[in-house]
Amino acid sequence: MAKMLQFDEKADRVVPPTGFTARLTVFSAFAMAFLAVFALALSSAAGRVADRWGDELAQSSTLRISAPAGEAATQTEAALRVLRTTPGIEEARALSLDQQRALLSPWFGATLPVEDLPLPQLIDITESDEGYDAAGLRLRLSAEAPAAVLDDHARWRRPLIDAAARLRLLGWASTLLIALATAAMVTLAANAALAANAQVIAVLRLVGAKDTYIASAFVRRFALRALTGAAFGTFFGIASLFLIPAQDDATGFLTDLRLQGWGWVWVMLIPPLSGLVAFIATQYAARRVLGELA
Amino acid sequence: MIELENVAYSYGGGELLTDMTLSVPPGSFHFLTGPSGSGKTTFLKLCYGALQATSGHVRLFDRDVRGLSRDDVALMRRKIGVVHQDCQFLDHLPVTENVALPLAVSGQDVADNEADLKELMAWVGLTARADAVPPELSGGERQRAALARAVIMSPDVILADEPTGNIDWDMSQRLLMLLVELNRMGKTVLVATHDLGLIRAAKAQVQTRVLRISNRRLQVAGADL
Repeated sequence: MAKMLQFDEKADRVVPPTGFTARLTVFSAFAMAFLAVFALALSSAAGRVADRWGDELAQSSTLRISAPAGEAATQTEAALRVLRTTPGIEEARALSLDQQRALLSPWFGATLPVEDLPLPQLIDITESDEGYDAAGLRLRLSAEAPAAVLDDHARWRRPLIDAAARLRLLGWASTLLIALATAAMVTLAANAALAANAQVIAVLRLVGAKDTYIASAFVRRFALRALTGAAFGTFFGIASLFLIPAQDDATGFLTDLRLQGWGWVWVMLIPPLSGLVAFIATQYAARRVLGELA
Repeated sequence: MIELENVAYSYGGGELLTDMTLSVPPGSFHFLTGPSGSGKTTFLKLCYGALQATSGHVRLFDRDVRGLSRDDVALMRRKIGVVHQDCQFLDHLPVTENVALPLAVSGQDVADNEADLKELMAWVGLTARADAVPPELSGGERQRAALARAVIMSPDVILADEPTGNIDWDMSQRLLMLLVELNRMGKTVLVATHDLGLIRAAKAQVQTRVLRISNRRLQVAGADL
């Protein structure tokens, strides 16, 4: 393999320059690297979303008290007592009318007369790191404050985290498919180049060239083309990520495709990995074609 | 050096060559003649391992070709210079690089052999055409370039397939002189040709043995040649 990769200007010159296959390889590598940047950015963003949702929601719960008007205050007090004496709960506070209005304002507007509405009383619960026993808490609440309903967010948090995790997986699967498509395209291009250069191969064999010499001339050329195309594709992919508008609360998930940490490492690996994929694909094609032409 | 023992070669279902037995000793000069399509090129290809005999044994430098890997055949060809009928060059490379190709593929540094290369180009009379690409050469120039490429590795054997096929009489005589000179240097030469004039001219210069392919078999030609 080291011999194959060794730069040999004279050996590389035996393959006629440029042509259709050269442009096809460079363009394929460019396009695939460009798409791979986005796939990795999507995967990275989905991972961050999953982590954030997990972290933010995992340590909070909501208690809803839907009691008749005369009992609401009593049951709220009782529920707060239970919560404050439950291990694993750091803080429990009943939301004020203003806070409830703020929660509803995105749907009903800021002037909603919440005091006239039969809204349930909400209690915001903050868990400590070790968390609480939800089943045990429900049992105690059913005795002390029967109108209280505990929502520990697990019911809707899990699907969100699952969805984000699947998005992350989809990003990686897309990257893998892109690598396979690159390999397929380079193999096709290398096959075409080798077949088109059957005369060159015949001449090289006539003068005593070993298969490794012939193959390496093609392999180096295709690996270099893929590397070049992928380097440009990666560069333009990263540049495009910077062109996406900065994130805000409304579009955060859609626009938070910036790369962070390991994301940068993976993206920087795209060009050399493309070169490696091209190397392996061309070597496979060369072996096959040289065997057929023998 | 080159030995064939009961060799047969079939192509497309029909037998092209049959029962061929021959021993080519070192330093000899052989001509192989026969009508077009008689199998001269096939015979030469068997002699440098480009084709495998359907039956029988071909031994090159005491090694049976059948047992050789592709890499072994490649190494063997470095000891056999071949002048092909249609020359076969890399058309995008200048003549000098084409001539130096055997050095390059065998891992030798062409720069170290620069002087020998220039001398060789002068020997075949192509110094002035060194930077031309093959398609710019005349038929005679291409044949001489092919001969230069065939001998640059100082092979033990020179195989030439119709080397004078596309060139005029004067040029063919010049090429013949180069082959005779190589034979006098101790190289084994085997030339396939249907040019009887060339054979007669060679016989006046050097001791030759003339073989003929007739009815798929190898015969020693009579004294009329």
